[in-house]
Amino acid sequence: MTRPGVPMIEARHLTKRYGDKTAVHDLSFSVEAGRVTGFLGPNGAGKSTTMRLLLGLDRPDSGEATIGGRHYPDLPRPLGVVGALLEARAVHPDRSAYHHLLYLVQTQGLGRRRVDEVLDLVGVRQVAGRRAGGFSLGMGQRLGIAAALLGDPPVLVLDEPVNGLDPEGVLWIRNLMKQLAAEGRAVFVSSHLMNEMAVTADHLIVIGRGRLIANCSTSEFIARSTPRTVLVHSPDAGRLADLVVTEGGTVSHDGSEALTVTNLNAARIGELAAAEGLVLHQLTPHHGSLEQAFMDLTHDSVEYASAPARHTEGANR
Amino acid sequence: MTATTARSTAPVATLRGAGFGRVLLAEWTKIRSVRSTIWSLIALVVLDLTFTALFTLLNETQWDNNDPQFRARFVADPTSLILGGGLQLGQLAICVLGVMVITAEYSTGTIRASLLAVPRRLPVLAAKSIVFGLLVLALGTGVSFASFFIGAPILHSKAPVALGDPGVLRAVLGGGLYLAMLGLFALAVGAIIRHTAGGITAVVALAFVLSIVSQLLSGSLGKHMRAYLPIQAGGLITHAQQSQNDLLTPWQGYAVFAAWTLLLLLIAAILLRRRDT
Repeated sequence: MTRPGVPMIEARHLTKRYGDKTAVHDLSFSVEAGRVTGFLGPNGAGKSTTMRLLLGLDRPDSGEATIGGRHYPDLPRPLGVVGALLEARAVHPDRSAYHHLLYLVQTQGLGRRRVDEVLDLVGVRQVAGRRAGGFSLGMGQRLGIAAALLGDPPVLVLDEPVNGLDPEGVLWIRNLMKQLAAEGRAVFVSSHLMNEMAVTADHLIVIGRGRLIANCSTSEFIARSTPRTVLVHSPDAGRLADLVVTEGGTVSHDGSEALTVTNLNAARIGELAAAEGLVLHQLTPHHGSLEQAFMDLTHDSVEYASAPARHTEGANR
Repeated sequence: MTATTARSTAPVATLRGAGFGRVLLAEWTKIRSVRSTIWSLIALVVLDLTFTALFTLLNETQWDNNDPQFRARFVADPTSLILGGGLQLGQLAICVLGVMVITAEYSTGTIRASLLAVPRRLPVLAAKSIVFGLLVLALGTGVSFASFFIGAPILHSKAPVALGDPGVLRAVLGGGLYLAMLGLFALAVGAIIRHTAGGITAVVALAFVLSIVSQLLSGSLGKHMRAYLPIQAGGLITHAQQSQNDLLTPWQGYAVFAAWTLLLLLIAAILLRRRDT
C-alpha cells in the first residue's frame, strides 16, 4: 500500500448548492494514507454530500476533488483505487449478495474468486445466496464493506459505517478500519458521534453547516477543545473557592461541599488547601466529555437545534 | 467553475474494447439475478400465447357473426391480427419491465454502486440498453413465432396464411423487433423520469394517450399525426401488407419508431451525464 502520510484524497474549495441551500461551502482538506481520518459533524453538516462529491456522484458547483491525483470519473478501474460504503443502501433487495458482488467485480475485470474472498473476509459467505433484502442491518453493512473491499483499494470512503449496528458489529468495523489503516490505506470515515471517532480516528476533519471547523489530530482536538476541570469536595468549600479565585481559577459552587474548578490544575488546588490547612475529601481532575466539547464546537452550526432545555439535558447525559 | 473545466478536458466516455465488454457482462448478471425480471418475462410469454389462442379461437367460432368489414380485413392480412392479439397484452408487460429495469436502480440505490464502478456513466446506459434489447428481441421473436404457429392453424379454415406468403415472415420477425424497440423506448423514458410510477405513466401517455388525442383531430392532420406516433408507426412492422390506409410502409414505420426511441435515449444519456445521483 501507499507510504503513510501521502495525501490520497484532496478536496480543494469544494462548494455545492442544492437550490438556494449551500450544502458544502469552500471546503478544502486532504486525507492521508496510513491512518483513519474521521469526518465529523452534526447531522446535516454536509458530510454525505462531501463524500458524494469526492466519488463523482454529485458535481461540485465549484472546486474539485481528486483521489490519487485524479478526478474520480477519470479512474480507469475505480474500485481498485477507492472502496466506498455509502450511508444509504445500494443493493437491490431481490438480488443475492453474491450476484451484487459478482456484477461489481465484472465491471472491473476481476475474477469470480475475488467475490468468495471478500465474502469470507466480512463473514457473510453462508448467506451469500440469499436475497439481500432479507439481510439485517448488520449483514447489510457487512455486504457494503465487502463491496468496498472488492478491488483491494488503497483508499476507503465510509459514510457512517457503524450506524445502527449492534456492539459486536461496531467493534468489528472499528478494528477493521484500524487494520486497513495499519496496512497503509487511507481510511476516510464519517460520523456524527464524537465518542466513536475518538476511539477510531487518528485525525479529525470537523465540519458544520458545510464549513470546515477543525482539521487536526484527534488528540490535539481533544486537548484543544476540552476545558479541563477539577472536581473538589471539601467541608470548607466556601473558603477554598475564594482561594481558588484569588489564584486565577474559575469556580462554580452551589453552596454544597462540591466545587468545580476550571483554569487551575489539581496539584495547585491541593497545595492551596494544604497551605491553609483545609480538609479535602476529593480532588479529581476531570476531562469533561468529548461529546460536550464537540457540541460546544459545533453548537453554532447545528442545522436543526432542539429547544435549549432539551439540548442541555441531552448534553449532560 | 474549475471542476467543469477540468472535467471537460478529460476524454469522453469510452465504449471501446474489453472495458465495454465487462460492463455488458455485468449488466447481464444484473438482469438475470433479479427473479422478478425473469418471472415477468415468463408471464409475458404465457399471457401472450394464451391470449393469441383465445383471440383466434373466438374469431374462428364467431366468424359468421363478425361484421363483413372485419372479416375482410382478417382475410387480407391474417398475420397482423394473429400477432396483434397477443402483442396488445405483451407490450404492456414490456413497457412496465423496460421502465423498471432502470428505475429499480434508482429506487433501490443500486445506481450508486453501478456508477461508482463505472463512473463514466454512459457505458452503463448503453450496456443496459443492449442487454435488455437483445433479451426482449430473442424472447419476443420466439413468442412471435409461437403465436403465429398457434393462431394460423386455428384460423386455417377461415383465413388461411402460411409463413411463405408475401410479407408474412417479415411480419412475424417484426413481432420480436417491435417488442425489442418498445422495451428500449420504455427504458429510455424510465432513465429520464427515474421513478417507476412516473416512468410507466409517461410511457403509457407517449404510447397510447397520444394516439387517442390524434383520433380527436379530424381529417388529414389527425391521420398524419397518427401515422408518425411511436406505437402506431412501430406496429406496422407486424403487418404482412401495407393497407390502403397506411401512410408508411412497415419498414418506414419501424424507422419512425426507432427515431423516437433514439431521441429519447439521447436525452436520457445527456441527463445521465449531467445529473447528480
